[in-house]
Amino acid sequence: MAEAATATKGHAEGETRRDFIYLAAMGMSAVGAAAVAWPFISFMNPSADVLALSTTEVDLKPVLEGMAITVTWRGKPVFVRRRTKAEVDTAAAVKLTDLPDPETDAARVKKPEWLVLVGVCTHLGCVPLGQKTADPRGDYGGWFCPCHGSHYDTSGRIRKGPAPNNLAVPPYAFLDDTTIRIG
Amino acid sequence: MAAPAFNNALVRWIDHRLPVFSFMHHELHEYPTPKNLSYWWNFGSLAGIVLVLMILTGVFLAMHYTPHTAFAFESVERIMRDVNYGWLVRYMHMNGGSAFFIIIYIHIFRGLYYGSYKAPRELLWILGVVILLLMMATAFMGYVLPWGQMSFWGATVITNLFSAIPLIGDSVVTWLWGGFSVDNPTLNRFFALHYLLPFAIVGAVVLHLVALHRFGSSNPLGIDVKGPQDSIPFHPYYTAKDAFGLGIFLILFAGVVFFAPNLFGEPDNYIPANPLVTPPHIVPEWYFLPYYAILRAIPDKLLGVIAMFGSILVLFIVPWLDTARVRSAKFRPTFRKFFWVLVVDCFVLGYVGANPPEGWFVIVGQVATFYYFFHFLILLPVLGLIERPLPLPQSISAPVLKPAEGKA
Repeated sequence: MAEAATATKGHAEGETRRDFIYLAAMGMSAVGAAAVAWPFISFMNPSADVLALSTTEVDLKPVLEGMAITVTWRGKPVFVRRRTKAEVDTAAAVKLTDLPDPETDAARVKKPEWLVLVGVCTHLGCVPLGQKTADPRGDYGGWFCPCHGSHYDTSGRIRKGPAPNNLAVPPYAFLDDTTIRIG
Repeated sequence: MAAPAFNNALVRWIDHRLPVFSFMHHELHEYPTPKNLSYWWNFGSLAGIVLVLMILTGVFLAMHYTPHTAFAFESVERIMRDVNYGWLVRYMHMNGGSAFFIIIYIHIFRGLYYGSYKAPRELLWILGVVILLLMMATAFMGYVLPWGQMSFWGATVITNLFSAIPLIGDSVVTWLWGGFSVDNPTLNRFFALHYLLPFAIVGAVVLHLVALHRFGSSNPLGIDVKGPQDSIPFHPYYTAKDAFGLGIFLILFAGVVFFAPNLFGEPDNYIPANPLVTPPHIVPEWYFLPYYAILRAIPDKLLGVIAMFGSILVLFIVPWLDTARVRSAKFRPTFRKFFWVLVVDCFVLGYVGANPPEGWFVIVGQVATFYYFFHFLILLPVLGLIERPLPLPQSISAPVLKPAEGKA
């Protein structure tokens, strides 16, 4: 009887120790697998040369009032529009309660005349129309995305359609009165 | 399973050590198959043959293709104009993709009509849905490779779907692109994955076949094989029938490849990609149109993306959504009508997906999207409980033999 009891006890003890070693080993291999997976996941993120190309300087001199130019920054189009007085006033007069993504016009510009936006629709990434005077500019005089019908106003804010957010404002700074650096 | 007696001594010697010949004899020759399979059962083997065609033409195309944004478009044009028979290999590959989806969609609707997904074939069905998902990923990335306008903007729109994920969406999209827009790193990885995934499909197909051969094919009556009198050996009966179907397919396929090679394509994809100009009307390839319609039917970005993926994921649980014990729609008069409504619904979704989201297309798209989910989530479970099926025949042989006896 005593022998049987000891055997059972010893067996039970062995099992718990074994379980611990087993779990610890499994845990370590999970950590190891994650450590190996990380470089591969990171491998697919933007590389150093892609990151290095992340600023663009733009000369604003040739842009007259009411005109717009498109420049490339990080492979994406950036819209630079020199707004007319009327466009600025319309944008400023909009009530925040009318906006799906409320933002004042003043918060979206450095100088009211110059509107700088990433020209990528926040829905699924198409380039909205409205840079050329002949383009459709949507119901709010800004930009219109032909892919899925989003309308943006003269401050690049979403007013109608499936896009969830306003056109993004990229980080930029005025180097002098007529030059900006994007990025 | 008795090992077959091979006449050739070398075959016997090899088979004793590596039983590939017994395996092939067992699975392709004597493999007992229901004797009442209709031509709707041709599409599985046909899909397998098209997969081989796609891999073969794809490997050859890769020998002349350059996965770089500056050279991709021109290397494809070079294949079309300068490479010997390049036009033929490319048109076979391009239209082979469309043919693959036509075949697979018929194969799936066959399964839905005859209840092929019901016990004990649930995993067989699920593996089929996995193959469909892998095919969609492969086709999408393949379409990007020629680097035309539709390639570029299709890639932009589809990868942007992931930006709908809350919080991490934008980082996921940057990670997928390897940059801040669809660019050279994106094209490179899409080429690598487009070459890899077909072999993953081959793996899934092998599992699909292992699961198939466990219980054998279902059949138009949807009743189990009850004995040897209900089945015939696969060879020569179904090898012959499959070969005949293949002949018909090849006539149609050659017709498209030689006389209308751009029938399924978009003319805009013969314009080189321009990251600054979105074409006025972006449409995906025809086989994605119904999903695209579902995406656009829902005015919210995240919910639209969820509905689009949900429309495929719902197929995974069809074996458990359908509560009916009777497999074949032949004996389910009400279900049969709704099955055809679903088929029409999918065509309507495809038509809506091909058109701009304006006017009445929006309403029709929303109604069709509603019906799609209604069919799977409400109709299948409820109909199985309330429908009274027609009486089932005694066996597969019975309906064949009875009229003959009556005549005699």
